[in-house]
Amino acid sequence: MESCNCIEPQWPADEMLMRYQYISDFFIALAYFSIPLELIYFVKKSAVFPYKWVLVQFGAFIVLCGATHLINLWTFNAHSRTVAIVMTTAKVLTAVVSCATALMLVHIIPDLLSVKTRELFLKNKAAELDREMGIIRTQEETGRHVRMLTHEIRSTLDRHTILKTTLVELGRTLDLEECALWMPTRTGLELQLSYTLRQQNPVGFTVPIQLPVINQVFSTNRSVKISPNSPVARLRSPGKYMPGEVVAVRVPLLHLSNFQINDWPELSTKRYALMVLILPADSARQWHVHELELVEVVADQVAVALSHAAILEESMRARDLLMQQNVALDLARREAETAVRARNDFLAVMNHEMRTPMHAIIALSSLLQDTELTPEQRLMVETVLKSSNLLATLINDVLDLSRLEDGSLQLDIGVFNLHSLFKEVTRLIKPIASVKKLFVTLSLAADLPEFAVGDEQRLMQVLLNIVGNAVKFSKEGSVSISAVVVKADSLKDPQAPDFFLLPTDGHFYMHVQVKDTGLGINPQEISNVFTKFAQNQSSLSKNSGGSGLGLAICKRFVNLMEGQIWIESEGLGKGSTAIFTVKLGIPRRSNESMHPFMQKVSANEVQTNLSGLKVLVVDENGVSRMVTKGLLMHLGCDVTTVSSSDECLRVLSQDHKVILVDVSMPGEDSYDIAVRVHERFSNCLDRPLIVALTGSTDRVTKGNCSRFGIDGVILKPVSLDKIRNIFSELLQHGVLLET
Amino acid sequence: MEVIGQLQKQYVDFVTSVYHEGFLDDQFLELQKLRDDSNPNFVAEVVSLFFDDSEKLINNLATALHQQVVDYKQVDAHVHQFKGSSSSIGANKVKNACVDFRSSCDLKNIEGCLACLQNVKREYYLVKSKLEILFRLEEQIMAAGGVVPMLA
Repeated sequence: MESCNCIEPQWPADEMLMRYQYISDFFIALAYFSIPLELIYFVKKSAVFPYKWVLVQFGAFIVLCGATHLINLWTFNAHSRTVAIVMTTAKVLTAVVSCATALMLVHIIPDLLSVKTRELFLKNKAAELDREMGIIRTQEETGRHVRMLTHEIRSTLDRHTILKTTLVELGRTLDLEECALWMPTRTGLELQLSYTLRQQNPVGFTVPIQLPVINQVFSTNRSVKISPNSPVARLRSPGKYMPGEVVAVRVPLLHLSNFQINDWPELSTKRYALMVLILPADSARQWHVHELELVEVVADQVAVALSHAAILEESMRARDLLMQQNVALDLARREAETAVRARNDFLAVMNHEMRTPMHAIIALSSLLQDTELTPEQRLMVETVLKSSNLLATLINDVLDLSRLEDGSLQLDIGVFNLHSLFKEVTRLIKPIASVKKLFVTLSLAADLPEFAVGDEQRLMQVLLNIVGNAVKFSKEGSVSISAVVVKADSLKDPQAPDFFLLPTDGHFYMHVQVKDTGLGINPQEISNVFTKFAQNQSSLSKNSGGSGLGLAICKRFVNLMEGQIWIESEGLGKGSTAIFTVKLGIPRRSNESMHPFMQKVSANEVQTNLSGLKVLVVDENGVSRMVTKGLLMHLGCDVTTVSSSDECLRVLSQDHKVILVDVSMPGEDSYDIAVRVHERFSNCLDRPLIVALTGSTDRVTKGNCSRFGIDGVILKPVSLDKIRNIFSELLQHGVLLET
Repeated sequence: MEVIGQLQKQYVDFVTSVYHEGFLDDQFLELQKLRDDSNPNFVAEVVSLFFDDSEKLINNLATALHQQVVDYKQVDAHVHQFKGSSSSIGANKVKNACVDFRSSCDLKNIEGCLACLQNVKREYYLVKSKLEILFRLEEQIMAAGGVVPMLA
């Protein structure tokens, strides 16, 4: 061997093999060098790589391995010792590093492996989450569908629209092949196919309600999967295909009155409809839980919507009914009003129409009475007058009563003279009473005010009626009228013990009692007395000729005057007492009350006119002269009496305003005075008025009176009122129109 | 008080009966109305005047009728007077008697006239006694301190 310090390879160098080894080593080296570069490059690129130190080690290891292999390239041929040393160094280093790396890797590799497992785990998790998200999304979509469905269903209150919409929307949401609704028939024994999704006109299939499958569905509020072969699900003609899964759910048809939102009562008497949903055939789709839930929810909503629709229908019906009734009532009211108006018109017309002839009859009859009549004629005329008065009263009563019933009657309040009202009443009743030889007495309490505020006309009517009744029903005896002012604790109506009389300021209660000694009334019939048209049953009163209205009207008037009226009687034949109280006002100041009083009142009350009036009375009869003088003095006149016409002319002066001459002496001498007075005062304007006092007003007397220029005639016997009236009239008009 | 009430009742009853029997009529009541504070005795005065007047007239009538030749005109005039007075007082029956008397006078029937005169006298005395009783009752009431009821 030469001293080249070469190291000879162990085996003989085969050229080919050598060459392949050479190339492989080269490539290995290359790879060994590039791998770390790649590693470094990629690690640099990646954000996170926790094992940098390992990488460095690994890099070093690989570099060294590469270096080793690279150096190995030189060892194929003879190589110098340096190369050998380098080679050795490299190998040693490589060994060290690789051992170190190996040691290191023992720690590292489990970690790396666990990373892998974690990664796997995470991937699984992610997949799971994806799945779940898918489910949630589906559910959310379902929910949206439900909401939309509900919205659609509830947006209408029309039953058909609700059901149709339900089916359509369900079909769309769940992608159904067919959806149908079976409603119970009226009898409740069958279910009838009412609505379907695809078939436009469901043929009226019915199935009996007692099928087990139906009972199964109705017994639970959940949706139930049923067999596609059950009668309710066989909606299409059976075909070759495999029918899809079918679900049925009950839809409660709730009664209006009993639905509470979250609490469907489990009553067997409930009626249910059946909703059947069929998945598409051949789709191999399954009913998912969420879909079933959707169906249940929809069924509930439909139930609610149907109830609302039913309620609405009901209320619409009720409203229509009410409207009809309203129209009918309106019509009835208008008719009633028309009737009332017609009646009022009728009354108004009849009022006038009936009263006018009555007035004519009464007026003319009374005029007729005053003419020359034979006794038979007089009797006839009196009868006519009496009957027509009765008739007039009846007419008035009827008309008044109808107005009273109406409530349309109002009192005409005014100031009037209470005392003279009573006297007027007695004066009016006296003729009849005297015919029957009845004695009428009037006693007015001292504290009864002279003037009062109230309805004079109606009070007089009441009084007249009662007194008239007293007179009518008494054949003999007396009628006594008394009026007192009521104190708070005095007489109360025994039949109305709760009626308290409270005299208030400006008002007082007057208590009037009319006692008669007539037929009396059976105590049992007393209550009947005030009833309209009710007649006394006893035969005694058969010919009394009452209309039965008078007392009813009196009662109403008295009630209007805030009073009470009642009758007491001890029995038949024992007379009766009519008692009434009325509320009257006190005129504020007597001065004030005089004025309206004087304006409206007739000549009756004008006393003041006559006071101080100078009158000359000419009468031959001493008694008569004295009486006339008394009368005139009572009226406040200044009276001078003379007993002959000569004396009269002697005494007569300008001051005398009236000469009252008694002309009842036969012959024409009495009229002498008139002539002479006229003579004396022919030139003056203020000739005294001449009034003749005579016993009869026949044609002769009247003729004489007008012939001799007598201004007025008074029929004897004179009464206070007569003189007063006549004088007042005379003085007002300057001429006396009638006696 | 009771006494007055009783007296008043008595009075009213009496007056009622007098009226009832036709002795007095409304004219008397009119006279009663004229009695007031200024003239408390008006009625009494009138009535006493009537009594006097009537006595005179009756005497005159008797005289006239017992004449040989009866002057019917005179008789008629007297009766007329009597009639006037009695009707002014309100002595109903007397007045009616006078009316009858007058018809007899017209007929110049002396028997009738005499009969009528008797009638008139009788009626007059009757009514006179009634009126006297009436006045006594009134006095009693007023003496007892009461008020004579106003008749209507």
